[in-house]
Amino acid sequence: MARAALSGRLTWRAGTLVEARPETPTARTLVLDVPDWPGHLPGQHVDVRLTAPDGYRAQRSYSIASAWQEGGKVELTIQRLDDGEVSPYLTDVLEVGDQIELRGPVGGWFVWREAQQHPVLLLAGGSGVVPLMAMVRARGIARAKQPFRMIYSARTPEDVLYREELPRHVRDDLGFDLFLNFTRKAPEGSPNPPKRIDVPTINTHGWPPDFTPDCYVCGPTTFVETAADILVALGHDPKRIRTERFGGTS
Amino acid sequence: MGIISRGFGGRRRESVPGLPPGQYLTHDFPVLSAGPTPRIPLDRWSFTITTETGGKKSWNWSEFTALPHDDVTVDIHCVTKWSKLGTTWRGVSLDTLLADVETAADYTMVHSFGGYTTNVPLEDLLDGKAWIAYKFDGEDLEPEHGGPARMLVPHLYFWKSAKWVNGLEMINEDEPGFWEAAGYHIYGDPWLEQRYQGD
Amino acid sequence: MRELDGNAMAGDLREIFAFDVTVARYTCAGCGDGGAIAQLMLWGQEMGHVARCPHCEDVVMRLVHGPDRVYLDLRGAVRLELPLAGV
Repeated sequence: MARAALSGRLTWRAGTLVEARPETPTARTLVLDVPDWPGHLPGQHVDVRLTAPDGYRAQRSYSIASAWQEGGKVELTIQRLDDGEVSPYLTDVLEVGDQIELRGPVGGWFVWREAQQHPVLLLAGGSGVVPLMAMVRARGIARAKQPFRMIYSARTPEDVLYREELPRHVRDDLGFDLFLNFTRKAPEGSPNPPKRIDVPTINTHGWPPDFTPDCYVCGPTTFVETAADILVALGHDPKRIRTERFGGTS
Repeated sequence: MGIISRGFGGRRRESVPGLPPGQYLTHDFPVLSAGPTPRIPLDRWSFTITTETGGKKSWNWSEFTALPHDDVTVDIHCVTKWSKLGTTWRGVSLDTLLADVETAADYTMVHSFGGYTTNVPLEDLLDGKAWIAYKFDGEDLEPEHGGPARMLVPHLYFWKSAKWVNGLEMINEDEPGFWEAAGYHIYGDPWLEQRYQGD
Repeated sequence: MRELDGNAMAGDLREIFAFDVTVARYTCAGCGDGGAIAQLMLWGQEMGHVARCPHCEDVVMRLVHGPDRVYLDLRGAVRLELPLAGV
């Protein structure tokens, strides 16, 4: 699978939308059928290219949300950015049966491989949860034993992606823990007031540095920098921290 | 492969007659940056012309803004295919800045805060073709658009109109600047569609 | 302005190289700092990728996609270290 994904140069291929699932009022998951898809590793992304009838083109990168299984589909979760050029088309206009061009899978750095034996800490800011979800799903499918912890920071409970699936992984996948942090509005009756992700949150809900976890941080630049700085300050080895920044205006 | 996305329009744009080839009309002002936006306090700002023999002539902000200025209305054309018509600027003409500069060089390199460079032949800066602009649409030029002051060379693609400009260097041989070294055209005439090297 | 990182260059680099360059380690010509290409700060999306050192902000790599060719400028990297596949 990894070998197939890494050999040869890449070209564009057509993907057909076979299903679309709303995740939040502003995000939806596209389920794409891509013939001869070589498979992918959790954390990898694809480039999506749209061509307007007059030939105008726009290209963006999106993380793959699904874990690969033979014969499976490629799922992308798209967060709509209101001033965006591509994302509103993907969340609001694209219909089942429509095709888009994809190039991928790409990116070999921000990936988790089952052969990694260390515990894993996933730090997600907003839609940065998408590639980390692929890791959680891959671990679940493989029934992998490495313990995972996820700290997921969202603006409000309504903004949480995979709101129903994440608790299922907590319940069904032994050794997966989840902590949700809210920056604007916490759920009714929550003991934790809304706040930015901070040292106590990561110290309490992450792994101690002694456990030498592999840390994956994904989100907007400010989130990624804050979270990575906190990890280093807590004593985590910078070599074990991998980050991916999400742009703000696609 | 050519999949056309039905209903995908991209950014609002219109193709109108009279634009350089391949350009679309835009009504907003897209911001393109090759790096972080520098914030330059006016008391730290200066603009320096350096000749090929090492001679220097500098202006600080108050000296610069005391020079005679032009109010100009020009069309601008970005290599990423947007054009904006009738933009209004206030700036100091390069004719004014270069009036007392002794040089035999045929080319210049424009330098900016943050390290950006772009090359322009000297004759493209003379005879009312180029300005160091410090007001756009009647307002002080925003940092995102190159403030305190930017180059304005509207007859070339807009990457030649360097933002955050702080110097002009006279050079004997043409040399590529930041984008020119990375594949863009050495001259960049929008009417000849000189986008990339070899166009 | 979009602020991405070198991970987002993977597709454009895989179009011209047969392996994933984002896992390569660069050494910045400006400050000598190093890291994975994936960790560079990415700017200038519309005209091309401008990948800057997260430590000193110097440009390490520029990639411009023309209609029929790709231009890759690496003068900001004094060294690239690439893992060999399958070793």
